[in-house]
Amino acid sequence: MDEGFFVSQTQVELENQGRLIMSVEQLRRALVRISHEILERNDQPVAVIGMQTRGVDLARRIAGLIDSIENVETQFGTLDPRLYRDDLGGSDKPVVPSDIPFAIDGRPIVLVDDVLYTGRTIRAALDALLDFGRPSSIQLAVLVDRGHRELPIRADYVGKNVPTAHGEDVRVFLEEVDGSDGVTLVRKSEAPTNSGGQI
Amino acid sequence: MARTRAATTTTERPKDQADQGANSDEPARTPERSAGGSQPPMFGGLSGSRKNVLDLDDFSREEIEHILQSADGMSEVLSRDVRKTPTLRGKTILTLFFENSTRTRVSFEQAGKVLGADVINVSASASSVSKGESLLNTVRTLEAMKVDVLVMRHPHSGAPYFVASKINAAVVNAGDGTHAHPTQALLDLYTMRRHLGDIAGKKVTIIGDLHFSRVARSDVFGLAKMGADVTVCGPPTLLPYGLRPGSERAERAAFTGINVVDRVEEALEGADVVMTLRIQKERQDSGNLPDLREYSKLYGINADRLALANPGALLMHPGPMNEGIEISSEVAHGAQAVIEEQVSNGVAIRMAVLYMLCARNRTGE
Repeated sequence: MDEGFFVSQTQVELENQGRLIMSVEQLRRALVRISHEILERNDQPVAVIGMQTRGVDLARRIAGLIDSIENVETQFGTLDPRLYRDDLGGSDKPVVPSDIPFAIDGRPIVLVDDVLYTGRTIRAALDALLDFGRPSSIQLAVLVDRGHRELPIRADYVGKNVPTAHGEDVRVFLEEVDGSDGVTLVRKSEAPTNSGGQI
Repeated sequence: MARTRAATTTTERPKDQADQGANSDEPARTPERSAGGSQPPMFGGLSGSRKNVLDLDDFSREEIEHILQSADGMSEVLSRDVRKTPTLRGKTILTLFFENSTRTRVSFEQAGKVLGADVINVSASASSVSKGESLLNTVRTLEAMKVDVLVMRHPHSGAPYFVASKINAAVVNAGDGTHAHPTQALLDLYTMRRHLGDIAGKKVTIIGDLHFSRVARSDVFGLAKMGADVTVCGPPTLLPYGLRPGSERAERAAFTGINVVDRVEEALEGADVVMTLRIQKERQDSGNLPDLREYSKLYGINADRLALANPGALLMHPGPMNEGIEISSEVAHGAQAVIEEQVSNGVAIRMAVLYMLCARNRTGE
């Protein structure tokens, strides 16, 4: 059995969770492209900050890709914007310490998240980040933009634009936490887990 | 009793979709008042449904773990230059203290303020309580002014339970008589965990007045739930009835799994944590303790005694200390003491508790 067998097995498993909209390879290429775009648009070295939880792993990969493209060392941090949300949401999981081991003042920051949806999490993250200092600019990179914004927020770097309905969920799977990469689209009624998004 | 309570706390809750890789960017939830006006459960529940924090005996291990983990995030907020988040903006926290306190009251106030809540402090001596207003009327009056969390200390054991059953605001017990002090126990667990990692299997020795100590009682519940090996030692007259030599009273059942040791040297041997309790002079009218000097000689923690514990064992004290009685000045300010750290950790723990209670209204129903 060659490696391809396992890859396709994983893909099948993901497809069981809904329609596969990004494969392992597509996800990798999207991150490579985003890394190139970040370099293209910034003269100054950027710092990359990932948002809990999957944004952290994406940000770590992007920082690594930038390093390998340019042979630099990109600063990397993590942010949990939960305490800045406007709805006290997400308190069913413990608050995670934010870890930004460098001064953000005067430097461009790239915030990284997995899915851009209403924009409210990004709004919270902007407030959280500004409590750490005054960056020269904040840019946003997301793996998937699924539309339905409720705030005037847009992403600077997008892995894939996916038109969705409210009744659907975009699920991002990453090797670091889920064992394999991929993005699927599921109908909430089919979803095995209850959605916290709709009350 | 502790067992059965713990079992009821693992109520079902909707599994979180974010665990499954869904976007964290959910649309805002609109808080809904259920038309039926059903009362939330008074005790128990994972975060999201817990209304009150009255003692640790109705907490599950998972729930304690959740609070300890959140406290890590809260500690990080406290380490920032800007120690302020808008999390509890618009929430009102009221501290109502019928007993004196420095650290507990101030740390609740600090915790609430760092999270952006408004904090009002009422001390009984400066309120209408001194004019003879009853406890119930006092809390009802205060609740009428819109309070989300009532943090309460009272000299009578059980008073916060009574109040919690009468009002809609969340109630946090900040010490009731000789009964319980759950947030102190949580901060003790948190302090131990930061130094020792997993508490399970660690030997924790608690020395002193266990009869009157609400801290020790809550600590024992918390430590037992987390799997620690608890040893207690103190003058026989200052042990809870169920733990006194020759006692066969039923209370003993609530404390299964703790070792009661007569000699302090034996209790200290191999300890990973040494916790000494304050001799509460205000509760010693009953003649349980003939002489403070004798107590100090037999049970006071000094450098010689501390040396019997494991090398690097933590020395803890819930404060305020009577230096020279239950603890010598030398060790109280020595390298093994984490007493001031307990105080700092208290703020983080209380932030985690307040956050959990305030979030309940949004995510619970």
